[in-house]
Parts: sequence; structure tokens; C-alpha cells
Amino acid sequence: MTRYVLGRLGSVVLILLAVCLFTYLIFFKLSPDPAVMICGKTCTPDRINSIRDVLGLNQPILTQFWEFLRGIFAGRQYGSVHCPAPCLGYSFQTNESVWSMITARLPVSITVAVGAAVLWLLAGVIGGLVSAVKQGTWWDRTAMALALGGVSVPNYVLALLLQYVLVVKLQVLPFPSAVPFADNPVLWFESYLMTWVVLAVGYACLYARLTRSNVIDTLSENYFRTARAKGLSGSLIMRRHALRPALTPITTIFGMDFAGLLGGALITETVFGLNGIGKMAADSIAKNDQPVIMAVTLLAAFFVVIGNVVVDLLYTALDPRVRVVSS
Amino acid sequence: MTTTAGGTGAALLEVPEVGPSAPAGGPPTSGRRIPTTITGDKGALACLVFLAIVVLMAVAAPLITKLSGWGPYQFDSAAINSDLGGVPHGSLGGISGSHWFGVEPQNGRDLFARIVYGARVSITISLSATLLTGILGVVLGMLAGFYRGWVDQVISRLMDFLMAFPALIFMIAILSSLPSGNRPVLLVVVISVFGWPYLARVIRGQTMTLANREFVEAARASGAKDTQVVFREILPNLRGSIVVMTTLAIPGFIGTEAGLSFLGVGVSPPTASWGQMIASSVSWYSVDPMFFAIPGAFLFLTVLSLTVLGDKIRTLIDQGEAA
Repeated sequence: MTRYVLGRLGSVVLILLAVCLFTYLIFFKLSPDPAVMICGKTCTPDRINSIRDVLGLNQPILTQFWEFLRGIFAGRQYGSVHCPAPCLGYSFQTNESVWSMITARLPVSITVAVGAAVLWLLAGVIGGLVSAVKQGTWWDRTAMALALGGVSVPNYVLALLLQYVLVVKLQVLPFPSAVPFADNPVLWFESYLMTWVVLAVGYACLYARLTRSNVIDTLSENYFRTARAKGLSGSLIMRRHALRPALTPITTIFGMDFAGLLGGALITETVFGLNGIGKMAADSIAKNDQPVIMAVTLLAAFFVVIGNVVVDLLYTALDPRVRVVSS
Repeated sequence: MTTTAGGTGAALLEVPEVGPSAPAGGPPTSGRRIPTTITGDKGALACLVFLAIVVLMAVAAPLITKLSGWGPYQFDSAAINSDLGGVPHGSLGGISGSHWFGVEPQNGRDLFARIVYGARVSITISLSATLLTGILGVVLGMLAGFYRGWVDQVISRLMDFLMAFPALIFMIAILSSLPSGNRPVLLVVVISVFGWPYLARVIRGQTMTLANREFVEAARASGAKDTQVVFREILPNLRGSIVVMTTLAIPGFIGTEAGLSFLGVGVSPPTASWGQMIASSVSWYSVDPMFFAIPGAFLFLTVLSLTVLGDKIRTLIDQGEAA
């Protein structure tokens, strides 16, 4: 087991390195010269050169990449400015430290992701379970038709629609803004509610369909019939014999989806103007702010890769059939 | 999962003579059964009709706009009220006899024409991306699953790497940092590069199981070469999965294209795109909701129809396999 975990962690490091290198090459090689971008309007060749020097842009690309990597773990010196340990550089636009930009915005993205995840897990799993038990009834058919519809709405369309109906027309919700919970819990809830719903709808529909088909599969298994035949109570069978095996695959997908969301819900955050990681990504891309793009890509890849490992480990814990044989 | 009792039996019998009848493979009924069942189902039929209309719009766009009277790039300043900042004249966003879906606020371009041309962009890009993803996914997935060993290692690591990428962020970033060149082609390439691993993963797994089946062994025993085994024995048995996965991928790609255009990195401005129309409707939707509603509805209904049909086909193929 330890060997397996270590092996997985090794591949995590490799994948992250590859992502890092690839991103670095694309954004620092293909994009316009960062020195010119920082320099701004009052620019002289001398100034550009000194900026290039400070950023280390005159060195070979692999040296630059190595410096970047070292900066993440050991900090880095930009001319006279020292950038402390998790150093991801400074924004070309605002001169802010990229790491502090991330830490400032991460809470918003986490709030968005956690709220949406709770919503879609509850709605998806319960909806799917009820549909499976009542298979073939009008409830099942309506729920599944709705689920197909929900999967098909692009989230920005849903976001704009909700904003139009609830905020502009009916005025039951305020325009979303990232209000801290401590300041005003009610406003906090109202601000995030639409974001949660918009993000949750698609996933909830997918999970409902998945739960339904998984539960239906288990209901026809022999062990389920045995459990029923020996007279176990309905709720106990449901919980122990139907739900548990049906939910194991859900855990896998959930881990991946949740990890993906932590890296920022780019479109939804942008539409609602919530200042999370996703909006930061969109803004930095629009302004060609390479250090920020780089950091956001790395962060998102980090969440996905770690999520993958956690899911695999959880899976072995949940499903006794999947035990790793170290080979 | 993909093999059928009938298909396997047929393949076993036909192994020695690799005649022209062998590639047909699979259950002989599925070709007829799917169309008849779909036309028998009202919901699926409605989806099919809607899709047919969208495809027709895409194919015959110039002809249709000639009939409707307004091209997608023509400005009609008479249709908008310049005193109110360019809000369309009349109710419902200026829907009238000459502008069937109303006009765009501010510049008065005909919405119907732009929807029709937008369908063209949507369909072309999503179909090309599906084709490219399908080829990449099937070929690489089969290579990995069939040869195993280092080929599998290389392809699998590449898939891990691509799937770990935050695809959306990366697509946007790449598209915005490469401003020149042919936008639609770039879109197709970028979408496909990040899309194929999801298909390849499934194909790889199924190829692995298929490669161990008796009929493959029988084919080998009777002297079939690798290419023959791959094309005559394995590929026909993957047909179900390929059909299902690619059908269900099309709506995803339509959504991605619209999403990228919505974010301003898709097809470039004068060209009409549904996502772009939705993006520009954002600043207008409190005074002219139709400008948002029409492209939004087209996008939603197209994706919905494709999803419903894909789902239907999957159910039918699964049933065929169970039978």
C-alpha cells in the first residue's frame, strides 16, 4: 500500500512538472515579450533591457524554467525585491504578488465549489435514488426528462436567465457579490445562491442519471434478492445493499468534479462577477498577464491531480473488491 | 460490453475467409432498429426534426438568407431607435415581417440571418472536432489497448497529462495568445487535442478485453495478421461504443464552441456565432430580452436534441447487446 501511494505521488509530481513546463513554454515563448508589457507607455530600450535582466529573460529558457521552479519552493530574488517561498512571481498588471492574489481569491472559489457540491450531491443522489425505486412511474420519467434538459443547458445561459428573472425582473435576489459570511450571513447566502444553483444543475442531472442506473443495476443483483428473501427490512436493504455499491462510482466522479471546480468556475464566476480564481483566470487571460495565467493553470492542475489520487485511495477504502496488488 | 452474442458468433464463423461480409459485423438488426425506434418515439422524433432544421440552416445558409431578405452582416439602421441608444423598434426585439427574429440592438443586424449563419459555425466546428477526436481517440486507444507494453505506457501517460490540464483555462489561454491564423481550424484542433483522451480511455479498456476473447484467438490461430485482427475483429465490436461516445460528444463540442465564443476567444467578431450573440446580449437583456432568448434557445434546443438522441441510441445499443 505504501509503495502504491508513493508511486502515485511520484506520477503526480511528474504530471505537474510536465504541465508546468508546457504552460511555461507556451506562455513565455509564444506570447508577446513580457518586458515590453511591463514597461508600459514610457519605455526606453534601456528600461526594457533592465527589466529583462531582473526577470531573468536573457537566460536560456530551461534556466528560466528552473529558476521559476526553484522560486516555488525556495523563494526568489527579483533584483532588489525578495519574493518569499511559494513564489509565483508578480502580476505584470498590478505588480501584486501572484501568491497573495491566489490566497485572497481562493476562499471565494472554495465557497462556490463547496456550496454547489453539497447541492448537486443531495439533489442528484436523492433524485436518482427515488427514480430508481419508482422506476417506470411518471415521477421517474419526469425526473429523467428534466435531467436531460439540465445537462443540456450551457451554464452561462442558465446564469444569465436566472439573473434576468430573479434579479432584474422579480428582484428577489441582489446582484451577486462576494460578501464575507461574517459581515452579513443573509446577504452572503443570497449572493452565492445563484452561483451554487447554476453550477449544481448540470452535475446534479448527471449524478441523478448515474445514481439511477447504478441503483437499478444493484437491485437486480443476486445478493440483493437474497437480502430481500431472508427478510431484511426495506430501509436496511436500501442502505446497505443498494446504496453503498451504487454510490462507490459516484465518489470517483465527485472527487474529479469537485477538484475541477476548486481550480475556479471560470464562466460562472465571470458572469456573476464573483472575484474568485476563475474570474482571476479570465481577467489575466484578457490582459495577457502571464505569471497569473501560469499560476492559475498550475493550481487547477494541482487540484485535479491530487483529486485523482485521493479518489483512488478512497475507492480502495470503500470497495473491498478493489485492493491494489503492488506489482 | 460492446460485443454481442450475434456479433461474436458471426466473427468466429467468418474468421478464416476474411470476405467482404465480415466488416459489416455487429448485430444485423441495429442498423434498421435504431431508425424505426427513433421515428416511433415522439420526443426523439421532435429532436430529429429540430436537428434537421438546424442542419438545413447550416447547409443552405446563403439561400435561406436570400429568401428572408437580410444578410448576416447587413446593418438596418431603420429597425433601431438611435434616440434610445439603439434599442430595436417595436416589441419583442423588433420581430416583424422583414426581420423574422428581430434585430440586434445598436446596429440592426438581422437576428434570423445571424442565427442561420451561427448554426453553420456551430455545426461545422462541432462535427469537425468530433471527427478529429474520434480518429485520435479510436486510433490511439486501440494502439494502447492492443499492443500494451511501452506503447500503452506512452499513450496512457499522455492521456493522464492531458486530462490533468484544466482544459477550459488552457483552451482560452492558448486561443487568446495565438490571435492570428484561421480561427475555426484552431478551435477544432484545440478542442480535439483536449477531447480525445476521454474516448481513447474507453476504447483502450474495451480493446484490452476484446483482445483476449476467443474469437480473436481463433483469428490469430488461423493466421490473421495484426492489422486484420484490429480491423476485422476488434474494430467492428467497438462500433457501438464509438457511435455512442461520438454522438454524445457532439453536443459537448457545440457547448464548448459556444462557450469559447461567449468568452470572446472563439470565432472572430464579424462571423456570427451563437455563443458570441449571447455574450453581446448581456449588456442589453434588461431592455431587449429577445436578443438573449433567441440564441439561448437555439443553443439549448440543439444541445438538448443531440443529447436526447445520443441517449436514445445508447439505450438501443445497450438493449441490442443484452438481447
